[in-house]
Amino acid sequence: MKTMRSAEITPVRRPGFLRPGTPRWVRNVVQFARECWKTRTSYLFLLPFLVCFAIFIAIPVFLAAALSLTSFNGIGFPRFIGLNNFVNLFTQDFVFMMHTLPNTLQFAAIVGPGGYVLSFIFAWLIHQLPRSLRDFFTLALYAPSMAVGVGLSVVWVATFSGDRAGYLNNLLMRYGFIETPVLWLQDPRYLMWILIIVSLWTSMGVGFLAMLGGLQTVNPELYEAGKIDGIKNRLQEVWYITIPSMKPQMLFSAVMSIVGTLKAGDISSLLTGMTVTPNYAGHLISNHIEDYAFLRYEWGYASALSVFLLLLGYGLMRLSYVLFRTKEDE
Amino acid sequence: MNRALRKIAFPRLMLVLFLTGIGLFMFIPIVFLFNNALKPLNELYLFPPTIFVQKPTFQNFANLFLRAESGTVPFTRYFFNSVIVAAATILAVVVVSTMAGYVLSKHRFHFKALIMGTIMISLMFVPEMVLIPRYLVVHGLGLADTYFAHILPFVASPVAVFLMKQFIDQIPDALLEAAKLDGATDMHIFLRVVIPLTAPAVATVCIVTFQAVFTDITTSTYYVMDETMRTMAYFLTSVTVNIPGVAAASLGAAISLLMFLPNLLLFVFFQRKMIQTMLHSGVK
Repeated sequence: MKTMRSAEITPVRRPGFLRPGTPRWVRNVVQFARECWKTRTSYLFLLPFLVCFAIFIAIPVFLAAALSLTSFNGIGFPRFIGLNNFVNLFTQDFVFMMHTLPNTLQFAAIVGPGGYVLSFIFAWLIHQLPRSLRDFFTLALYAPSMAVGVGLSVVWVATFSGDRAGYLNNLLMRYGFIETPVLWLQDPRYLMWILIIVSLWTSMGVGFLAMLGGLQTVNPELYEAGKIDGIKNRLQEVWYITIPSMKPQMLFSAVMSIVGTLKAGDISSLLTGMTVTPNYAGHLISNHIEDYAFLRYEWGYASALSVFLLLLGYGLMRLSYVLFRTKEDE
Repeated sequence: MNRALRKIAFPRLMLVLFLTGIGLFMFIPIVFLFNNALKPLNELYLFPPTIFVQKPTFQNFANLFLRAESGTVPFTRYFFNSVIVAAATILAVVVVSTMAGYVLSKHRFHFKALIMGTIMISLMFVPEMVLIPRYLVVHGLGLADTYFAHILPFVASPVAVFLMKQFIDQIPDALLEAAKLDGATDMHIFLRVVIPLTAPAVATVCIVTFQAVFTDITTSTYYVMDETMRTMAYFLTSVTVNIPGVAAASLGAAISLLMFLPNLLLFVFFQRKMIQTMLHSGVK
């Protein structure tokens, strides 16, 4: 610390260093260093976060990118193989092309936008209620998302249990919809839809709260103005006034729902108790990563999958920015 | 409540009824959870299965806490781990992200735009994406099998910093200037002015973090091999996975309720604060 201080302060004591004769870049660097030193408390406040961020987010992301170019079994030293992992991913990996990718797309296409739209609809409906009633409904809709993952797997397992004592089987048999118990979680035909329903059920999370907050920020005078400008019904009001006014919150909420969708893989393992589901019915990219990482120990290939997922997430986020970014003139 | 109800016109009443229906539907599994946790064993195996408990009992919880077989880790150990980890993580995340949020909001310095941009991009970051490199990092730093492996990965929370920064943005600069004129140092401003004014955001970050940490199984599955260092969430999955069907409900339901209840209570208490924070959650 002490040596740093003297190094920074030196130019102050010897202004000759900053004489017009010295090259411009030296002066710029010194100036820059001095400004950084002046704001050192700012960096000090940021330090704990930045260190954790570097160790647990930045370094892992770069490490994943680096490992994706290697063949690595977790024990030996990674061997550089160029883009082979990615080539294999798209040309050789039968399971990925036949099951993982279609499943992920189906799942993401329904749960992502579906959960997002449902969040908005319910947030908007709740917002129409008097303030004192809102809390109850917010709680009821938000509660499932608190139970995401582990929390309620017990209930779902019991509900979709394949024997006659499973709640769903029991209910359907009692009213004669089915005659024999259905193996909901083992049958490839149903597993995916069960995953989607459970995920939708838990999709009213932080994004939903952000929308509720956003709705409160809309200036009520805008609605009056809208009426004068010829807005005829509530739908037009929502489309032309509400959504444009709360774009920032819509964007935050969109990002949160992307996150929720991309990390959803653990639901299938929790429900079935297996990383690889029967006939790959519920196999999402995150299951594929787990399969290659901790069942097959092909870490190079698993990293390539991670990179694919990261790029997918980034792409989706850019897309939502395009849709919801507040324009400069608004 | 009554006064509010009287103000409601007919379309509103329909709306309330509709939302009540949806709300109840969303709540059914949670009602299951409460009832299952209180059912005695014979009712759990009852055929046909019932939703509501007939003779509520705390037997499941007693089994959970009092039974200790030789050779296995007692449940109280998992419970203790979960509590310690959750408490430490919340404290760390709140302190670290408030500090970062304050500086990013109110100070001017080089690299600020860069750091903020990085945080915005990493809002979409999902830890599961980089399972392997994190595994290497955790083991490389010698954090495996320690509480730090549970705690530190959560401290790197871009969402918490973002929410804090957005919330602190709306504290008027004039207030901080006034404090500065009175001779307050940065530390003083931070502790005496910023922290008290950010209480809603702190509550929100607490809730979000608690939900993430308390239900996390990644750390216990991959970064911690020592059974005595694993958490309640992990124990729950090992119970549900190893015992098939409805039978898992006995122990599982009791643990699930223990996992869910603190979340629920936190949210009930801080709900308004959370939405207040969300007013400023917009990404521009």
